[in-house]
Amino acid sequence: MERVNTQWRRKLLRSSSVILLAVAWEWAARMHFVSDFLLPSLSTVLVRLFDDIVSGDLLFGLGLTMLRTFAGFSMAAVAGVVIGVTIARFRLVRWFFDPVVSVGNPLPKIAFLPIFILWFGVFDWSKIAMVAFSSVFPVVVATWAATENVDKYLIWSAQSLGVSRRALLWQIVLPSAMPEVFTGLQIALPISLIVVIICEMTMGGEGLGGSMMTSMRFADSPGVFSGIVAIAIVGSILVKLMEILRARLLVWHQESARR
Amino acid sequence: MGTTVFVRYLPLLLLAILWEIAPRLHLVDPSELPPLSAVSKAWVGLLMDGDLWTNGVSSFVNWFFGLGGAILVGVPLGVMMARFQVVDDVASPVVKALYPMPKSALIPVMILWLGLGAGSKIASIGMSCLLPVILSAYNGSRGVDHTLVWSARSCGANERDVLWEVILPSALPEILAGIRNAVAISFIVLVASELLVGQRGLGYLISFLGEGGVYDAMFAVVITVSALGFFADRAYLYFMRRTLVWRE
Repeated sequence: MERVNTQWRRKLLRSSSVILLAVAWEWAARMHFVSDFLLPSLSTVLVRLFDDIVSGDLLFGLGLTMLRTFAGFSMAAVAGVVIGVTIARFRLVRWFFDPVVSVGNPLPKIAFLPIFILWFGVFDWSKIAMVAFSSVFPVVVATWAATENVDKYLIWSAQSLGVSRRALLWQIVLPSAMPEVFTGLQIALPISLIVVIICEMTMGGEGLGGSMMTSMRFADSPGVFSGIVAIAIVGSILVKLMEILRARLLVWHQESARR
Repeated sequence: MGTTVFVRYLPLLLLAILWEIAPRLHLVDPSELPPLSAVSKAWVGLLMDGDLWTNGVSSFVNWFFGLGGAILVGVPLGVMMARFQVVDDVASPVVKALYPMPKSALIPVMILWLGLGAGSKIASIGMSCLLPVILSAYNGSRGVDHTLVWSARSCGANERDVLWEVILPSALPEILAGIRNAVAISFIVLVASELLVGQRGLGYLISFLGEGGVYDAMFAVVITVSALGFFADRAYLYFMRRTLVWRE
């Protein structure tokens, strides 16, 4: 009985901090400790969010942002895996990419944004290219490490059974590299989101980041706050979806059995 | 030794040569990619003017206080969350709810609160770096081997000794790795916030030169910022290895 009690108390405590924060937000805004402009009340923000959903504005912005994110992210994913695998397999490719990756990976890629605008214009392509450029490096690094670390005994036993090079790649190397590659993708996706929001904020062109910046310029603070709430929700949903996808794709792997 | 380093970094040299030759032969439009020599010349010009220095200093101040604040707040908070159940119960739902948020979305709110100056930039950087630091300190201190804590206690260590002599040293690798993440994020948010608004900083200089069409100078500043990000990471990595040398 006592254990049930403490469990309930912990659950209550855990959810209470979020609720308390929400109540404190609403209360502080209503008591006008700070002006409405600096902190619109939570209810105003939620009503605004609801209005934007009903009017379709949010869906439109969300669609644009997601389109740009996924275009860039999938380019980075495909290119990253291909480059990573070829680096691990061909010495010449490795010779070329080794210094390029080790210098390129820690660079603050966002500084290249004006160069991408110069090359690709201010519309969708520069944003997509920027997302791809920023998120390709973690995928390359993860794939490279993963394909290099594939269990040698697996490869030897497959070879002793006489598989072709292609079958070795598709049936042994890629599947056993899969968990680590997916970890790389899970690092790359949040980067894609961060970068797409920055691109939309600096270049405009609608989207969640763009409309947040427009709201800020027009001193429409409920718009800014509803924007950040929407972006936070989208971010957590995408991260969660990646976890679900991982569990689905790696259902055959040991890591799934542990749960 | 000399030749292996040369062979290893030859690709970068080849890329630099390509960068010089391609615009000169008009394989690419020189106004879209100024040759490396023009960019280097512009860089020297910016250095002589003092533009690079003044903007660099103001960027450094934002970066230093933003990241420093995040570390000073984040590490103690993360350790406390791991040590005290109550702090954990109160703080971790909030931390976990906010963690997946794309950090750059905070910039407009910080501008709204703190204006267009340095304050909003420092706050944006600090808030963005805070969560990874908290989480690494939390995970690091939670992962401490219980037997270590027990044996320290049985030797008569008090709560404070346990914290300084056992918990922090064993959580250190994870904390330092978390801070390395934060360093990378700090550069992204620094440049993004300076590109967006303001009259100072290297990010501002990039967008100012870009809008003015002075592309050779713009490339020079982009390369400078990239180099700073790269060397910050390398220097931190070196520091991290030195600090963890006792762990083998």
